[in-house]
Amino acid sequence: MASLKEIKTRISSTKKTKQITKAMEMVSAAKLNKAQNRAESFQPYTDKIREVVTSIAAGTEGVSHPMLEDRPEIKKTGYIVITSDRGLCGAYNSGLLRETMRLINKRHSSPDEYGIVVIGRVGRDFFKKRNMPIYQEITGLPDQPEYTDIKSIAATTVEMFEDELFDEVYLHYNHFVSAISQVVTEAKLLPLTDLGEEVENTEDSGESSEPVGNLDYIYEPDAGTILEQLLPHYAESLIFGALLDGKASEFGARMSAMRSATDNADNMIDDLTLSYNRARQAAITQEINEIVGGAAAQS
Amino acid sequence: MKTMQTNVVTPDGSVFSGETEMVSVKTQEGELGILPRHLPLVTPLTIGAIRIKKDSKVQLIAVSGGFMEVRPDEVNILAESAELPSNIDITRARAAKERAERRLAEARKENVDFKRAELALKRAINRLEVSENRM
Repeated sequence: MASLKEIKTRISSTKKTKQITKAMEMVSAAKLNKAQNRAESFQPYTDKIREVVTSIAAGTEGVSHPMLEDRPEIKKTGYIVITSDRGLCGAYNSGLLRETMRLINKRHSSPDEYGIVVIGRVGRDFFKKRNMPIYQEITGLPDQPEYTDIKSIAATTVEMFEDELFDEVYLHYNHFVSAISQVVTEAKLLPLTDLGEEVENTEDSGESSEPVGNLDYIYEPDAGTILEQLLPHYAESLIFGALLDGKASEFGARMSAMRSATDNADNMIDDLTLSYNRARQAAITQEINEIVGGAAAQS
Repeated sequence: MKTMQTNVVTPDGSVFSGETEMVSVKTQEGELGILPRHLPLVTPLTIGAIRIKKDSKVQLIAVSGGFMEVRPDEVNILAESAELPSNIDITRARAAKERAERRLAEARKENVDFKRAELALKRAINRLEVSENRM
């Protein structure tokens, strides 16, 4: 059995670790709250754009745009992978990256067939180590990112699609379900073929985004020009939406990871305290034995 | 007087929401004033100021791009960024203006940078103008 002093040191160090994990849990909870609010306040923006784009695409005949149509031949696929900058958030990154790797390995036989746009340090290091083709990367995003923070990377990715460098683009991120549950999600970003069905991906927006009748809009200057301007915006806003969703998931994952770490520390302290008491008791018993033995020998 | 619901929304949240009497914006084709019961309309906006008339008072908002959707009783303005005069960081806008001007002077040859700097300059000037009109 370990010595009394050793156990004591272990108890105190576990207690300190527990303090840290507890603090991190609370910080994450606060950040999660903020991130959720952000995601909520962003929702109307995408909903509105989608509504207008859908009504233009549906209501006007003879309007088409390269971003709305499937390309006959897929030469290169782009993946936007949203990870976190820091670890200590459970399976948040590993689950996502595993799924991405699985899909890439299943779909593509050579690195020429895909390209990766990665957000977050963990993902970047992961792909770099495996020598996978990273086209763009962004790290060190703030906890509550603003639209301008990712505007350039989003715009460049959309441009890559327009320039036919990518023939389709997927988004990989953790969708926030609740504080204890995040689901690895793959969403097709481009081409925007499923405008009508898009709504079901964001359950909470169901009622608000219902198009109110089919209004006959006047388009200034004309529908084609507006689509041309609107679609890149829409795609960019989808990327931003996924990022906000991913951030909320990150804090949720970190919060539950830290909670279980705190619980573990509690259990460990209990066990250690028990063995500390046992060791102390054993030491006392031994001491008494020695005294009694000594006394018996003298008489 | 008849009013219409007006919303100014950006990716970072709602900037303005309320009943208004008139909205005046700058589109790519020129200035455009919207009164209640306007025909449904969709149009892109340029960098410029929106003027919203409410209770006979005019509220200015600086927007950078985006577009506007008009319905008979509702106006929705979606912009990449939109700021009320009180929220404009004047020192930052001044710095951005100077930076853009410097870049414009330097980058006369390269077209890409030129365009970017020009847009940045426009945004900065727009912000400054809107914030000064407050007084």
